[in-house]
Amino acid sequence: MKAKFLVPLLLFFALAAFLGFGLTLNPREVPSPLIGKPAPEFTLARLDQPEQRFALEEMRGEVWLLNVWASWCVACREEHPVLVRMAQQKLVPIVGLNYKEVRGDGALNVRGMALDTETDLAIQRARRWLTDHGDPYVLSVLDIDGRVGIDFGVYGVPETFLIDREGKIRYKHIGPITPEVLKQVLLPKIEEVRRAG
Amino acid sequence: MPADHYKEFALRTLRLAACALMFAGGQSAWAEGQPASDPGLAPTVAADLALEADVMELSHKLRCLVCQNQSIAESNAPLAVDLRDQVREQLAAGNSKQDVIDYVVARYGDFVLYQPPFRASTAVLWVGPALLLFGGAGWLAWRLRRRQEEVAADHGLSAAERERARVLLAGADEAAPKSESPESRS
Amino acid sequence: MIPELGHFALILALVLSLVQGIVPLVGASRNSMALMAVGRPAAQGQFFFILFSYVCLTWAFVTSDFSVQLAASNSHSATPLMYKITGVWGNHEGSLLLWAMSLSLWTVAVTVFSRHLPEAFMARVLGVLGWVSVGFISFTLVTSNPFDRLLPAVAEGRDLNPLLQDPGMIIHPPLLYMGYVGFSVAFAFAIAALLSGRLDAAWARWSRPWTTVAWVFLTAGIAVGSGWAYYELGWGGWWFWDPVENASFMPWLLGTALIHSLAVTEKRGAFRSWTVLLAIAAFSMSLLGTFLVRSGVITSVHAFATDPKRGLYILALLVLVIGFSLMLYAMRANKLMGGGSFALVSRETSLLGNNVLLTVASASVLLGTLYPLFLDALNLGKISVGPPYFEAVFVPLMTPVVVLMMFGPFLRWKDDDFVAAARKVAPAFVASILIGIGAAMAVDHLTWRTALGLFLAAWVVLASIQLLYGRLKERAGASVGSRLRSITASWWGMWLAHLGIGVFIIGVTMVGSLDQHLDVKMQEGQRAELAGYTFTFRGAIDADGPNYDAARGIIDVTRNGRAIATLTPEKRLYWAQGMPMTEASIDIGPFRDVYVSLGEQLETGAWIVSLYYKPFISWIWLGCTLMGLGGLFAAADRRYRRLAERDAKVGAGRSVAGAA
Repeated sequence: MKAKFLVPLLLFFALAAFLGFGLTLNPREVPSPLIGKPAPEFTLARLDQPEQRFALEEMRGEVWLLNVWASWCVACREEHPVLVRMAQQKLVPIVGLNYKEVRGDGALNVRGMALDTETDLAIQRARRWLTDHGDPYVLSVLDIDGRVGIDFGVYGVPETFLIDREGKIRYKHIGPITPEVLKQVLLPKIEEVRRAG
Repeated sequence: MPADHYKEFALRTLRLAACALMFAGGQSAWAEGQPASDPGLAPTVAADLALEADVMELSHKLRCLVCQNQSIAESNAPLAVDLRDQVREQLAAGNSKQDVIDYVVARYGDFVLYQPPFRASTAVLWVGPALLLFGGAGWLAWRLRRRQEEVAADHGLSAAERERARVLLAGADEAAPKSESPESRS
Repeated sequence: MIPELGHFALILALVLSLVQGIVPLVGASRNSMALMAVGRPAAQGQFFFILFSYVCLTWAFVTSDFSVQLAASNSHSATPLMYKITGVWGNHEGSLLLWAMSLSLWTVAVTVFSRHLPEAFMARVLGVLGWVSVGFISFTLVTSNPFDRLLPAVAEGRDLNPLLQDPGMIIHPPLLYMGYVGFSVAFAFAIAALLSGRLDAAWARWSRPWTTVAWVFLTAGIAVGSGWAYYELGWGGWWFWDPVENASFMPWLLGTALIHSLAVTEKRGAFRSWTVLLAIAAFSMSLLGTFLVRSGVITSVHAFATDPKRGLYILALLVLVIGFSLMLYAMRANKLMGGGSFALVSRETSLLGNNVLLTVASASVLLGTLYPLFLDALNLGKISVGPPYFEAVFVPLMTPVVVLMMFGPFLRWKDDDFVAAARKVAPAFVASILIGIGAAMAVDHLTWRTALGLFLAAWVVLASIQLLYGRLKERAGASVGSRLRSITASWWGMWLAHLGIGVFIIGVTMVGSLDQHLDVKMQEGQRAELAGYTFTFRGAIDADGPNYDAARGIIDVTRNGRAIATLTPEKRLYWAQGMPMTEASIDIGPFRDVYVSLGEQLETGAWIVSLYYKPFISWIWLGCTLMGLGGLFAAADRRYRRLAERDAKVGAGRSVAGAA
């Protein structure tokens, strides 16, 4: 046997090792380039008092979570009880970003709907959902057209951002926060950020 | 009408005869010269066709994050529609294509680019095919050259004679039969 | 009851495949005719049981037996019968069964059509195929049982994905699988040759027609799939460099290389080690494609529902099959050196050069497809590699392939004079360059890509004409009819397939450079103009189907006042999945397609209509058809049958001698 005839075999084994490792990865999860960067500035109307606006500034000095949700989002229903429990235990303040409440719902036709009408409908729907499922949020803000969502690189609801005292994004979780995710990933991250700052 | 028909036919035949391929291209000229505001003419969806062409060209290079194997030009996922609107808005505002790409990458990362940027981590990707090509060509050249030497060495000797010569030259050691063992030559 | 029968039949098929994998190989090593003879009936019995199992599964779909999980997820009582039948392979489990069935069909075909093969060689071929079959049937049974029950049964199924409810999808998967799996025959012949140590050129001759037929199936499968994408996705794209498309394209490239390499090995006895490696690699690529589609390591529009357990199983299969083959190759390859000698300038060299280029192209597609996975595994970030990359890499790699492809046939085997050959083709080559640039200017699209594409196409066409002319001139004096008849089928095959590439390039270049598109909002009676055609919207009517609601737009297409066609694009909403679909309507012409798809209705009552003008696009599939036909001609060459009979006599003589 000559060594050179082993080359295809060795190449193949290297490839197979990568493929095997690939099985443990999730190709759908896209890391955010915003980690370690200041959270994008925004001011949006509050769900509880739509005439008032909320700005990122107001959370300065706190370690907090920005949770992207909508009443039409099925996976949000899975994580919501976890958020409610977190709020009850006062683990960390959570601000809700209500994302495209009306136009994100595929079942609704919003073509030609005026922005005011859409906003009113969004407030009505979102409030009802929080009444039904519990309100874990310090407050929620309304991202009617999803523009702030794009600034945060949101591509699937729910998503959750961990933001530190200086307003920097430190971690992003894509998908529902399950009790395991909370215990094994999110809480340790929160502790780490709290200690650091 | 027959005259027109004939003219068109002659035109087409002429063009086909010229290179068999020209026929299609001449047609864009006919699309022009429409009356500007004819109520019978359906309005285009895009207000600005040139802008829309740019939007679509750029959108084809951006990957949709929701249904991940489509570009935002092909996908009808809400996020793809939003991002297309963003692209349109920014191009209309006079931003360059690179600006728009930077905008999207700043929010969603390199993942959205169907054409990955050249950097240390993608060097192998971009240089790889060229390396493979030169490697392959080099290997081929080396093999052929060696073959030529073998062929040259072949002259005047039968396979059996050559084998005997090789054994004599190598001494009596039991080296594995080299490439030119007689039974492998048919 | 019937699903359980199907399950049981599949288990029996597994048992028979084990028998087929073990007994003939033992027989071959002990030279026992009785043991070797077990291979054929085992293979045929296995096919019978898989077929039976497959029919049972189809039965569950046709009778809407929604207590079978697979039928409940992929069928619906209102689905048309045709799509109930094809729904069987519109999912992971069913398509895996189809995979196993086509493997078994190929095996049976080998037992029937290659009867002349020496018994020991045949036994080894069947043994290898048996082991591949063991891998796939056990994969099906262990991780993906298609007969799993859903208890309690549901009242109504979730229906087949509407995208797949289409005539193109009826034939695309079976063709593609026949192609994919067909390379297993070339693989088995190569492995059998390595196992037996009988490494002369005979196995190349035996395996050539099989490889060519598998390649024809793969070509047809890819072409049909791309045609389906063209009219079904609603905007006229036909190739996307999606990982799963790449997974079918890589074996195609290597299979193409293999066909040519086999030709040299058979005719001249050269490249034997390379040919064996290619046969292993082409089938390995098929297996890799199966892994990519079914493991979820890569996102793709085509990917089946993913499950890491399946990924692990099939990876283990991959490592066993490919690892074993390459190990065997490493042990035996030094016996494969040598062979007929040839000079630097010869047909052999040009074929070897094309082989290297095709392999590099295939490796580059593999690199691009798997690179995101490599980076992710090394924790270096997530990237996407898409059409811009593949186009940038592929065009420069394929350009020399096409140039060499038409130059090679002008060279003689063994030795030729470069200057003389170059002088022979120089007029055609120079004319092609001029035509390429001239035609690009004539169509008013002088980009380097258009000019290059048209140059290559012109080169293929002109060189093909010159080749044919030269061939006919050889027997000056004879009648044209007898001159044509004197050309062998395999020569015609080569000629047609190469010409097909030229036709294909014309289609790709023209549609890539000159297609036009316009989205308009059309009220009844309004018209729109594109590329010289006038589209008049006659309104939309209800056109509900058996399992969907639909609106059908009626659009008259005229040109200079002359009626061309009435197009009827549809917008459908499938009940079961609530999925909207656009059904494009196309007027297919020899020099252009006019393509219309219907968007949504606006509140003003107008419809959004997308109009496309696609010059020469049907040449893409015409080119593929010529390639496929070429393959069929080559495989049908009488020479194989004649040589087969001769081999049979020699083989018989040999075994008599062996017995004596």
